[in-house]
Amino acid sequence: MQVSQSQINEDAIDLMINMGPQHPSTHGVFRLVIWVDGEKIQKVEPHIGYLHRGSEKICESESYNQIITLFDRLDYVGNLNNELAFSLAVEKLMDLEIPERAQYIRVILCELNRIASHMLFYGVYGLDAGATTPMLYAFRERERIQELFESVTGARLMHNYIRIGGIKEDVEKDFKEKVHKLIDHLKESIDECDDLLSNNEMFLVRTKDIGIITADEAIDLGLSGPSLRASGVLEDIRVTDSYSIYDRFDFGIPIGSKGDCWDRYFVRVQEMRESIKIIEQALADLPEGEIITPIKGMVRPPKGEVFVRTESPRGDLGVFVVSDGSDKPYRVKVRPPSFVNLQALELMLRDTYLADAVLVLGSIDIIMGEVDR
Amino acid sequence: MISKLKNIGFLRGLVVTLKTTFRSSVTAEYPKLDKRIQVADRFMGFPALLWDGNIVEPYCTGCMVCVRNCPTQCMSAEMKDNPKYEEGISGRRKIINEFEINLGRCILCGICVDVCNFDAIEMSHEHELSKYQRNGNRANLDTLLEMGKEYQSKVNWTPKQPEKNSGKPKEKVIKPKTTGDSVTPLTLDKSLNSDSTEKDSAE
Ligand code: SF4
Ligand code: SF4
Repeated sequence: MQVSQSQINEDAIDLMINMGPQHPSTHGVFRLVIWVDGEKIQKVEPHIGYLHRGSEKICESESYNQIITLFDRLDYVGNLNNELAFSLAVEKLMDLEIPERAQYIRVILCELNRIASHMLFYGVYGLDAGATTPMLYAFRERERIQELFESVTGARLMHNYIRIGGIKEDVEKDFKEKVHKLIDHLKESIDECDDLLSNNEMFLVRTKDIGIITADEAIDLGLSGPSLRASGVLEDIRVTDSYSIYDRFDFGIPIGSKGDCWDRYFVRVQEMRESIKIIEQALADLPEGEIITPIKGMVRPPKGEVFVRTESPRGDLGVFVVSDGSDKPYRVKVRPPSFVNLQALELMLRDTYLADAVLVLGSIDIIMGEVDR
Repeated sequence: MISKLKNIGFLRGLVVTLKTTFRSSVTAEYPKLDKRIQVADRFMGFPALLWDGNIVEPYCTGCMVCVRNCPTQCMSAEMKDNPKYEEGISGRRKIINEFEINLGRCILCGICVDVCNFDAIEMSHEHELSKYQRNGNRANLDTLLEMGKEYQSKVNWTPKQPEKNSGKPKEKVIKPKTTGDSVTPLTLDKSLNSDSTEKDSAE
């Protein structure tokens, strides 16, 4: 690995440290090459591609309904949000009207998925900082959400539930009560998690003023999602470029002030609370009716191309679909938030201590399945 | 700010863990039959073929629609002429001869269930299938039907389209020239030639 001399402090004895690809804290198979001067990081070089499965290429040989199973496996923590992004793209291309009930159920499940994803982040981030307890708490809560998913979609992780035109099958009759019970429980446990970690002095010392990225830098690098909002930029696609039925709900967008690790952590904790607000409103308005617009035969969108962006738990998830009128897409391109957010790592890590590298990496919440596709 | 709040946040955390100490445990002891978590009704385990107890034959006609729609190409099917149709016991002109699903390759997506027009396949609750051989999970027709029977008795399964898929022989002598599209033998032919799912329109 050659690195140009000008980028490194001249007097430094440059020591290259290799982290990953099989490292427990890299959140997947991800290799980070770090040049250090003493304990200060001078330069980092992320190496990706260890989880490359060629999903975009496989999409070209699968029919539209089969592709949803592939999208499940991109961001394997926010599956439903990924399914939604692809379905929205194809629906836009076909000009489909989605039944109200399906829209509401989609939103409820996607927001629950967002909470589950942020819960996972919370737990793993505690672990990154050296605390084991938050992980156990977070997994316990995430498990409750997944139990609900199992009873609704039939699977705990790879749901394949959202269909082009609606959803696969209607929810059970006691769905409303179940979700009400769940969110009552979640409200308590989010407070509990918050109490446990957010203001812990040791955690504050480890995360405050570490890995700072300013608003301008964040925008320049194309950051999105909670990582961008932590720098104080008010940008949430659910509001600024509203899709599905998000414009009907009243919820806040938490933003940070400094853009350090703690801000990125706390924005996510707050976002869970906002998601609960959305779910409550959606449950109150949940209409009866159809759950899918039937499509005769195979899904065959007309010739054309479409780009849809949605707010996945990690940020701006864009899907670009080109159709040639057949039952298989001509090209599918995904703009994964994790991949773009990963760019900021170098800037965040510059001049921090080596021991903080894992914390900074954890704070942007990458999912390697989405980075490599 | 940190110095002012000295040890407050830490103590708050300790209160949380203290409370948890007196809570009952949430972990389930997995392998123990009485202590494990039961799967949900809709749980999608491995696909299984269903058994028509009235006619004593499988529902599956071997039409291959599921085989063509499987995203991982893990199934194969072969049909044969149904001897019971000749005898007038069954309304299924064709019947499955051989069926294989490589369960090690199946991703439990449920697409095969969605596209099947004959209520012949269902996601069972079976999910513990570790085997010693690499190809140990290639389930053949008998295994799949066995899984299906177990599932049917467990959940009191009823066909989604009972009229269409009852399997009873049609009184074809009385109405020889009907062109109705939901009568069994005709639909069978139609779906053989189209690669589309007709389930939606049938519903
Ligand atoms: S689609 Fe149904 S009837 Fe046809 S081969 Fe598959 S399981 Fe059998
Ligand atoms: S569940 Fe999906 S992968 Fe498994 S056999 Fe059915 S279609 Fe194929």
